Amino acid sequence: MNTDMRASAFSSMPDEDGKFGIFGGRFVSETLVSALSELEEFYKKISSEEKFMEQLDEDLVSYVGRPTPLYEANRWSDQIGGARILFKREDLNHTGAHKINNAVGQALLAKHMGKTRIIAETGAGQHGVATATIAARLGLECQIFMGEKDIKRQELNVYRMKLLGAEVVSVCSGSRTLKDAMNEAMRDWVTRVDDTFYVIGTVAGPHPYPMLVRDFQSVIGREARIQSLDKIGRLPDALVACVGGGSNAIGLFYPFLDDAGVSMFGVEAGGKGLETGQHAAPLNSGLPGILHGNRTYLMQTNDGQIMDTHSVSAGLDYPGVGPEHAWLKDIGRVEYVVSSDEEALAAFQNVTRIEGIMPALETAHALAYTEKLAADLDSDKCIIVNFSGRGDKDIQTVAQLKGIEV
Amino acid sequence: MSRIAKRFSDLASKNRKALITYVVAGDPTLDITNTLMHEMVASGADLLELGVPFSDPMAEGPIIQAAHERALSNSVTLTQIFEVVSRFRQKDKETPVVLMGYANPIERMSYEKFARAASDAGVDAVLTVDLPIEEIAFSSRIFAEFGLESILLVSPTSSEERIHRIVSKAEGFIYSVALTGVTGDKNLDFNQVKSQVMSIRRLSSLPVVVGFGIKDAETAKSISSVSDGVVVGSAIVDCLAKQLLAPSIAISNVRSFVSAIRDGMDGIAYDLQVD
Repeated sequence: MNTDMRASAFSSMPDEDGKFGIFGGRFVSETLVSALSELEEFYKKISSEEKFMEQLDEDLVSYVGRPTPLYEANRWSDQIGGARILFKREDLNHTGAHKINNAVGQALLAKHMGKTRIIAETGAGQHGVATATIAARLGLECQIFMGEKDIKRQELNVYRMKLLGAEVVSVCSGSRTLKDAMNEAMRDWVTRVDDTFYVIGTVAGPHPYPMLVRDFQSVIGREARIQSLDKIGRLPDALVACVGGGSNAIGLFYPFLDDAGVSMFGVEAGGKGLETGQHAAPLNSGLPGILHGNRTYLMQTNDGQIMDTHSVSAGLDYPGVGPEHAWLKDIGRVEYVVSSDEEALAAFQNVTRIEGIMPALETAHALAYTEKLAADLDSDKCIIVNFSGRGDKDIQTVAQLKGIEV
Repeated sequence: MSRIAKRFSDLASKNRKALITYVVAGDPTLDITNTLMHEMVASGADLLELGVPFSDPMAEGPIIQAAHERALSNSVTLTQIFEVVSRFRQKDKETPVVLMGYANPIERMSYEKFARAASDAGVDAVLTVDLPIEEIAFSSRIFAEFGLESILLVSPTSSEERIHRIVSKAEGFIYSVALTGVTGDKNLDFNQVKSQVMSIRRLSSLPVVVGFGIKDAETAKSISSVSDGVVVGSAIVDCLAKQLLAPSIAISNVRSFVSAIRDGMDGIAYDLQVD
């Protein structure tokens, strides 16, 4: 996308095989290889065309509502009594999260490739809603694959997608959650590869998806960089973002990767605690393996079977992670940590009360870690947190945990 | 000469087409898999393909997905699968056995340990669905060291140029995927299958077998008339799925089904002879 940004070491990946070191790649059956090559070629060509990029920028401004503000959370910073904390307000995007940045980009690609139908997988429903939204706007047929379990847990988003004209396909295989929805979307794509574009929602999947999604999400970090210079007169000292598949995190981190003075923290879902095995933190406790078309860290058994995950936040409930994160972990550029369910819920409550902004439970994981980090830093230090989504969708979950009927 | 090469050359000399049957190892139990292997050979199968269960079998249709789940609910492991093959080899030293699965369980075990154990057990070849030619070099080199052949897929979306690259790396036989879709799908197009097999033949002298979507004697007959053989999977696995509570009935149903396919295919071999 922005070629000068790919010039130096950290931001120059993936290589031409779609690898980030040993991670990434294209581990798919033969039928999909040509579709992925076609997508890669098409993307390379069109992302260098000014007209396409102008159209994308225009959509991001007038439809998504970008740029999103960089907001200084003064009261919260004061309460913690450490570093200054800034929120990159992705929750203010159309549909309430960063997911739309990528959905708009990929749908535009689909349209330019002449595809008439788009499909997507979704866990909590945020990416499904974003995809259904852009499908409605572009007049594309849209099917969303969602695990049977998630459909039950996220009724509101299911109805939202239907209102937008999408068909929601219930996936009853495997663990009946996000990973199985992704398998099923792949199976659909392999069957209708001629007329269908698969809009993957995170920086996982086979090459070129991890690169594609990262590029579309990098608008977050590009804006944050300019806004930081503007607001505090320099780059921030640290960046914090939650990591499920890792699209909001890579979106914020990527444009800063070559700035040695900026430290970065990706926060995984610690669930009930790493020691319980009930979590979704492959970078903290998984092993490299192959799933969904790429090599990355995975939560897996000794026999190489993919494990069920647990997180209070459906959006982080995924046994894998984007391959670029796996690489950034191994080379030590980004530190990956965890916040537990409990810590995330406390941060959810606290930030809602003290800043009047209700975070998504995913975002709350990043906030919980930010609280610890900020407390350890002096007040002249500055942290940017990716406020990846708003919390309205989680009200029912939170109420249920507190035993309140809504 | 490898067991696979020998089998295909014997078949060719008898003017008989290869029937390759697929079941998932451990579906519904490893003992039944062992019985089925012998029964399928007795009913006319020439090569056996054993699915290695994986939690996320991306290329499979619903019937085979469910079989993977059944096997995993019994916690079937690669080591147990090797034991099943080795038991089979005690009685049957001729019928080739191919393992078909996904890369992750193999990678977890390590390609080398896997290859050594598979080879010791009497496995002849491995088809790793999610290792396309760009990713196959490493595993196929190690497999070759242990005498295992790497089976590769050609699909309807493979360009002429890709087919060229695939056949140059292929061993054993070439698995020509009949349709764009998952195992057990329905939209098989005879003319498309025929022309795909012909493109492969122009570039390779290895046997070409066709799989995905072959579910009855009639289709097996017509497809084997334009190829060196067929792979039948979902339809057999479905016989098991329909009689989970009565394994002996399931086994006898598989036996009759495989015999029916065999008869259909031999019919065409006979027709061709008299032409």
